[in-house]
Amino acid sequence: MTILRRISTRLLLGVFVLWGAATLTFLALYVTPGDTALIILGGPDARPTAEAIAQVRQDYLLDEPFIVQYLHYFTQLLQGNLGESYRLRMPVTDAIGQQVGPTAVLAGTAAALALVLTVAIAVLTAQRTPWLRALVSGIEVVLAATPSFIIGFALLIVFSFTLRLVPVGGGDGLVPLILPAFTLALALVGSLSQVLRNELEDVLEQPFVLTARARGMRDLSVRVKHALRHAILPTITMSGFVLAALLGGSVIVETLFSRQGVGGLMLSSVYNKDLPVVLGIVLISAAVYVVVNLIVDILYTLVDPRVVTS
Amino acid sequence: MTAPLIDVRGLSVDFGHKSHATTVVRDLSFEISRGECLALVGESGSGKSVTARSLVGLTGIGSTVRAERLAFDGTDTRNWSDASWRSTRGDRIGFVLQDALSSLDVLRTVGAEIGEPLKLHTTLSRRERTAKVLELLRRVGVPEPELRFGQFPHQLSGGLRQRALIASAIAAEPEFLIADEPTTALDASIASQILRLLETLKGSSTGMLVVSHDLSVVAQIADRIAVMQHGEIVEEGTTEAVLFDPQHPYTKSLIAAVPSPTSRRRRLSAVDATAAVAAPRLPRPDSGSALVVVENVSKSFVGADRVRRTVVDDVSFSVARGATLGIVGESGSGKTTTARILANLENPDSGSVSIDAVSWSSATPAERSRLRRQVQVVYQDPLSSFDPRFTVSRIIGEAVAASGRSSRSERAARVSELLGLVRLGPEHSDRRPIELSGGQRQRVAIARALAAKPTLLVLDEPVSALDVSVQAQVLDLLTDLQDELDLTYVFISHDLGVIFHISDEVLVMKDGRIVEAGAVDDVFSRPSHGYTRGLLDALPHFDSARA
Repeated sequence: MTILRRISTRLLLGVFVLWGAATLTFLALYVTPGDTALIILGGPDARPTAEAIAQVRQDYLLDEPFIVQYLHYFTQLLQGNLGESYRLRMPVTDAIGQQVGPTAVLAGTAAALALVLTVAIAVLTAQRTPWLRALVSGIEVVLAATPSFIIGFALLIVFSFTLRLVPVGGGDGLVPLILPAFTLALALVGSLSQVLRNELEDVLEQPFVLTARARGMRDLSVRVKHALRHAILPTITMSGFVLAALLGGSVIVETLFSRQGVGGLMLSSVYNKDLPVVLGIVLISAAVYVVVNLIVDILYTLVDPRVVTS
Repeated sequence: MTAPLIDVRGLSVDFGHKSHATTVVRDLSFEISRGECLALVGESGSGKSVTARSLVGLTGIGSTVRAERLAFDGTDTRNWSDASWRSTRGDRIGFVLQDALSSLDVLRTVGAEIGEPLKLHTTLSRRERTAKVLELLRRVGVPEPELRFGQFPHQLSGGLRQRALIASAIAAEPEFLIADEPTTALDASIASQILRLLETLKGSSTGMLVVSHDLSVVAQIADRIAVMQHGEIVEEGTTEAVLFDPQHPYTKSLIAAVPSPTSRRRRLSAVDATAAVAAPRLPRPDSGSALVVVENVSKSFVGADRVRRTVVDDVSFSVARGATLGIVGESGSGKTTTARILANLENPDSGSVSIDAVSWSSATPAERSRLRRQVQVVYQDPLSSFDPRFTVSRIIGEAVAASGRSSRSERAARVSELLGLVRLGPEHSDRRPIELSGGQRQRVAIARALAAKPTLLVLDEPVSALDVSVQAQVLDLLTDLQDELDLTYVFISHDLGVIFHISDEVLVMKDGRIVEAGAVDDVFSRPSHGYTRGLLDALPHFDSARA
């Protein structure tokens, strides 16, 4: 199968996934109890007039049958219109657009950090003396099992309150990014480096590694130039898990470090039953997920030439 | 007198920690001069590979190497730093492992793999390296080097891959070349080509160490042979001396274990080789009635590139009851597909197969299920056909249950009877496949095939993955079982020596067609087809290797 055919199949599959995500979230929205018109008008406390409620019900097609609402929602969606936030009184795309930058920076930095740390730890500790392996893998288990808000708190206490190396939260630039990015990355490193090290240790037993050593290659080069490429394949496959962890983790981390971002928006929207925004974030997350998996698929064929030809 | 290239005195290698260390190599001494080829021969686990690796300082994690002297070109390497080793490996000592598919990095191009020693040990520019790699590919006999340069190992045939692996080992023009089982995964004629290539590489100023379980392989290129057993050298001498006047019983058994046309009707695995020759097996009675009749069978497949290929092309033959038909051919000759059609695992596009006068295609369902029990298949790699969680008794018990018997105690009795048939003791019945040796696994596979009391066994490369000495035991077992149970065999192998040893009749297949057929003695003494003559020439028989 050619790469192009592979990609187009995946794209079609991705469209199907997006449609599924959109439909499911719409269904969830539809069956959620509570009068949507009241929420739009600011909740029961706002005491809106009956006319206002009737007006809203008409504007938002709330009295129409399910299928009409669904089709309306979908035609809007196809035009790139995610609807309007009940609370913020602005298009959902704008609301998310304002917040997506900081989150992307945070998630991207955390992903890069996690990758570098994972590779470094796995490459340096694979097949080393038992006590070192036991120590490192113990730390990894703790990191993987600890909720990220505890990791975040610990980092804050040590580096902000005690050592006063970085500010507690907020602000622009790179310095305030350090602790949140590490918080997100460390939880990932805990699980990823265990997977990568186990793979590396299997690969380092392979005959071609002996061949490479018998050519006079130094140990580190053998690990990086030969073994790592083989070992990283299963880790690439875990990128779906990584993405989910990054998106989920950013909600907590952004709140903890009082950062701007989609996570904060998601949280406040859920509190305020601002369902169009929640729906928009879910859809965009799904889209990111599809795109990342597509990229991973292409990466896979680049790393392993056998995938394409066989 | 100049110092030998390799000088080893009192070499011992241990694995594990002090208290529970196992000694894999014990007090070994040997020398290799420039221009000389020494062969280390022994079965798996005899310590020969570890010995080879100790010469490049790569015995691995958890190993302890002790020696009175371990010298390369007059320099003692015992206290060499990692850097000294690295500058020697690949530059002055080349190392070729078996099975090039796993010994080359499959994620890198052939060109990158061969060029790596040059990158490490020379100051050549990228362009000069490319030129050198192309020259190396030409030198090891790889056609279209420019095309191969950019390909990946899995895109090359087994023979070409092995050549590429050798090219990478000799890239930096080493003075000493180690080849660990260089031909084990290869067809006979390819293996013979690789051996010839190694021979041409052995220049007057270089030395070579060849490691193999197969005496007939090393007979072709070795000047001297050292026979290893349980980590010790039990016999060492010139190739002529070891092959024609072996002193140690183990050497004698290794020589006797090599199947060949001259070993027919003789036991291969006897401890005392002379007694073995004195006990010839009688030719099997031939009732004349054919058990298997195959008529004009053809089969084609559509490949990954959507081109239809005829894999079996108008094949006809018959097998007499109680006889062994050997089918020999190289990979891709259609012999395995023919076997699958015989066992009805594959339907032919045209033609017919009948067993015991019942044709697969026209059989009633009841006849079919009877035929299925009557025809059993044994494969090369039984490990992949066993459930790894099952014990031996459960693996065989399942087959017993499938053959229609019932009560638990009857089944248990039949399982132990079958284990006895394949010469396995009750102590093996609770083991899992992974805990068995290759030979034991193959015995379990045979026991499982016998559970249904078949009349025909289709044996598809049943001994190809085994050491020569283990192969000898399994071949002997098959011969005994044939007599005891009155079985008919269709025996498929790429190894002409094995085929000639075990068969009464031989089919030679090439590109899906039968190019030669006849009684084994006729085919061996008067081959009519050029292809058969080529196979016979490639057959390693050490009676003539050094004559």
